[in-house]
Amino acid sequence: MSNLLVEDLRGIELSLGLPGGGSEAETTVKVTGKRGFSETVDLKLNFQQIQSAVDLNEKMKSPTKEKDPAKPPAKAQVVGWPPVRSFRKNIMSQKSTTAETDKTSGGAAFVKVCMDGAPYLRKVDLKMYRSYQQFSDALAKMFSSFTMGNYGTQGMIDFMNESKLMDLLNSSDYVPTYEDKDGDWMLVGDVPWEMFVESCKRLRIMKGSEAIGLAPRAMEKCKSRC
Amino acid sequence: MDPKRSRNSHESVNSSESTRFPDEVLERVLSLLTSHKDRSSVSLVCKDWYNAERWTRTHVFIGNCYSVSPEIVVGRFPAIRSVTLKGKPRFSDFNLVPENWGADIHQWLVVFAEKYPFLEELRLKRMTVTDESLEFLATSFSYFKAISLMSCDGFSTDGLAAIATHCKNLTELDIQENDMEDNGGGWLSCFPENFTSLEVLNFASQQGDVSFDALEKLVDRCKSLRVLKVDKYVKLEQLHRLLVRAPQLTDLGTGNFQQELTPRQCAELESAFSNCKNLHTLSGLWDATSLYFPVLYSACGRLTFLNLSYAALQSGDLAKLLPHCPNLRRLWVLDTVEDEGLEAIGSSCPLLEELRVFPAAPFDLDINRGVTESGFIAVSRGCPRLHYVLYFCRQMTNAAVATIVQNCPDFTHFRLCIMNPGQRDYLTGEPMDEAFGAVVKTCTKLQRLAISGLLTDLTFEYIGKYAKNLETLSVAFAGSSDWGMQCVLRGCPKLRKLEIRDSPFGNAALLSGLAKYESMRSLWMSACNVTMNACKLLAREKPRLNVEVMKDDETDSQVDKVYVYRTIAGPRRDAPPFVLTL
Repeated sequence: MSNLLVEDLRGIELSLGLPGGGSEAETTVKVTGKRGFSETVDLKLNFQQIQSAVDLNEKMKSPTKEKDPAKPPAKAQVVGWPPVRSFRKNIMSQKSTTAETDKTSGGAAFVKVCMDGAPYLRKVDLKMYRSYQQFSDALAKMFSSFTMGNYGTQGMIDFMNESKLMDLLNSSDYVPTYEDKDGDWMLVGDVPWEMFVESCKRLRIMKGSEAIGLAPRAMEKCKSRC
Repeated sequence: MDPKRSRNSHESVNSSESTRFPDEVLERVLSLLTSHKDRSSVSLVCKDWYNAERWTRTHVFIGNCYSVSPEIVVGRFPAIRSVTLKGKPRFSDFNLVPENWGADIHQWLVVFAEKYPFLEELRLKRMTVTDESLEFLATSFSYFKAISLMSCDGFSTDGLAAIATHCKNLTELDIQENDMEDNGGGWLSCFPENFTSLEVLNFASQQGDVSFDALEKLVDRCKSLRVLKVDKYVKLEQLHRLLVRAPQLTDLGTGNFQQELTPRQCAELESAFSNCKNLHTLSGLWDATSLYFPVLYSACGRLTFLNLSYAALQSGDLAKLLPHCPNLRRLWVLDTVEDEGLEAIGSSCPLLEELRVFPAAPFDLDINRGVTESGFIAVSRGCPRLHYVLYFCRQMTNAAVATIVQNCPDFTHFRLCIMNPGQRDYLTGEPMDEAFGAVVKTCTKLQRLAISGLLTDLTFEYIGKYAKNLETLSVAFAGSSDWGMQCVLRGCPKLRKLEIRDSPFGNAALLSGLAKYESMRSLWMSACNVTMNACKLLAREKPRLNVEVMKDDETDSQVDKVYVYRTIAGPRRDAPPFVLTL
């Protein structure tokens, strides 16, 4: 699937504005005191800037003898593609709405994912994954070598290391954050996977330096608990 | 020669010596011809035959409403009872045609009201139909019997109310896949109490409740009802009440199929289904799970067409149901059934002729879901009579397609949509050229082809060289240069409709079809490399073509969308400002 990424990236127009998560950067994170980090985060992020990824992939692409075939579109969603009639588009979303009101665990849990600097938003069905690791893999495919780092056997991030967390959040690496059902923005990885799926409303992958606004409060909550 | 025949009397006198048959005999024979293609051929034989044909034609099919004007139609055919009209280009289904583009039925109705007072049937596809037009229709034609609207827009349930109120002889009300405003379900109550002639009722695309009481009474008194397709707001517990009143149904579209039923309700429903001895088509089944499939089993043995495309079934659900449906000829499913579900199709439905697999989540680029090449292969192995396929998938290989067409060489319609534009053969990394090469080389009867995946000009070379019966070609994100399109235009003698989007075909390609477009119904090109100058040249050289351009940017010479079609009606008089006729 690397070809997909190459062609996606090569077509990117760099004059795009911020994705949907842009305005949220300005809002301050509410503190409810209900949740907090029980452990410090130990995330190894090696996301490349899209621009550098483009350069890298340009060099990687092998020359073809024939003329370049038609480039696929840069945007994740193209008008009228795939060619599905509008009355068919709504089937799954209707089913997931009814599923949410059902008591069964069926149905999907689609959440929007935006990444600061990326030209398009994505949507993922959290119920497709069983662990943070699987989820991280899927995000990696969507956002070009973005990984959320290593996770413990139970799928929870080791949050105990305060200094690692601070290092990370001071760097320009990216961290995944999410908005939970209370409207709070949290760092991904603190709760068990299943709980995360239930409470996550949407995701935003932001620079560590921006997420730093989240962490100190979280660290305080964590300290007050321990 | 009968002297009372006043029509064309001066012509008849002159040609009577050369006519072998009396007019009456010729007309009697020709009146038995129903195929419009045959009738077209007949009309070209000689003047007498042209006249005999035009007087005996009762149904006219107009594939492009702008290719001819209503005045020309009524002038040529005086005795029409039934009209079929198609309007917008097919890509309008996918939002590629802006709103208010045209194809409004109203002017046609105005002319018909004057010249065809005995009009009985109107079938429209991709036309704009307002409530006002429906009301006009209902009140202008006292013998009106059948209306069918497919993929139309512009009307609401108020328009249906007008039809129900005024059309005393209505036999058919067929509203399919439309963009219909919902102003309530009261329209069903507008059928008069003494109205009993309905044979076909399809309101599956309605987005709201209908008065179930009115529906039940209507079904009860229309004893000739054979097609009933309700919308998804009709509940499962209500279905039983409809079925017991219409056991003669041949074609049923259920409403919602997910509801808690008591065991007694289940038994009643099962009994109702088993009494429908003529049922051969089943659709609707919104939100169906396998829970209530057993109520269907008794009817499944007779089914030839099953539409499960509104039910997000899993492979296990399908595997439970299909062994009860050995006589299926046509099956539509969602890709939630996955390859295992398709294997079940291959093993349970040996008579299958048509398969459509729709994507449940088409805009989710999650690659873990849906069907793959192996499901398609499984179907091709189990269903050698397969000749129509529409297949949405996220991965495909050239080898798989070659195997599939080896197993099923009789494809007439092959529509493969690899959903990620420009995607390669995922095993070899090659373009998908050889896949479609295999299709056109092996399937000599191929009439319709839709291509996808990463494709170079080679695909088009193959199509031009081998697809001698191809009539419709859909192209998206494909090709390398003008050469590709030129191959197709030069090579496919029966090509009628060519629709292309987001492909690198430019002016040379467009102009290479100069000699061809008049033998085609239409050409659509959007997001290609065509400029205004080439379009102007085409328009200038070919006055019998309408060359219509839509541009996003006023100043740019690049053309965003061009629609070229043959016409005897001249340029459109109703073109909106964003459509430039050159």
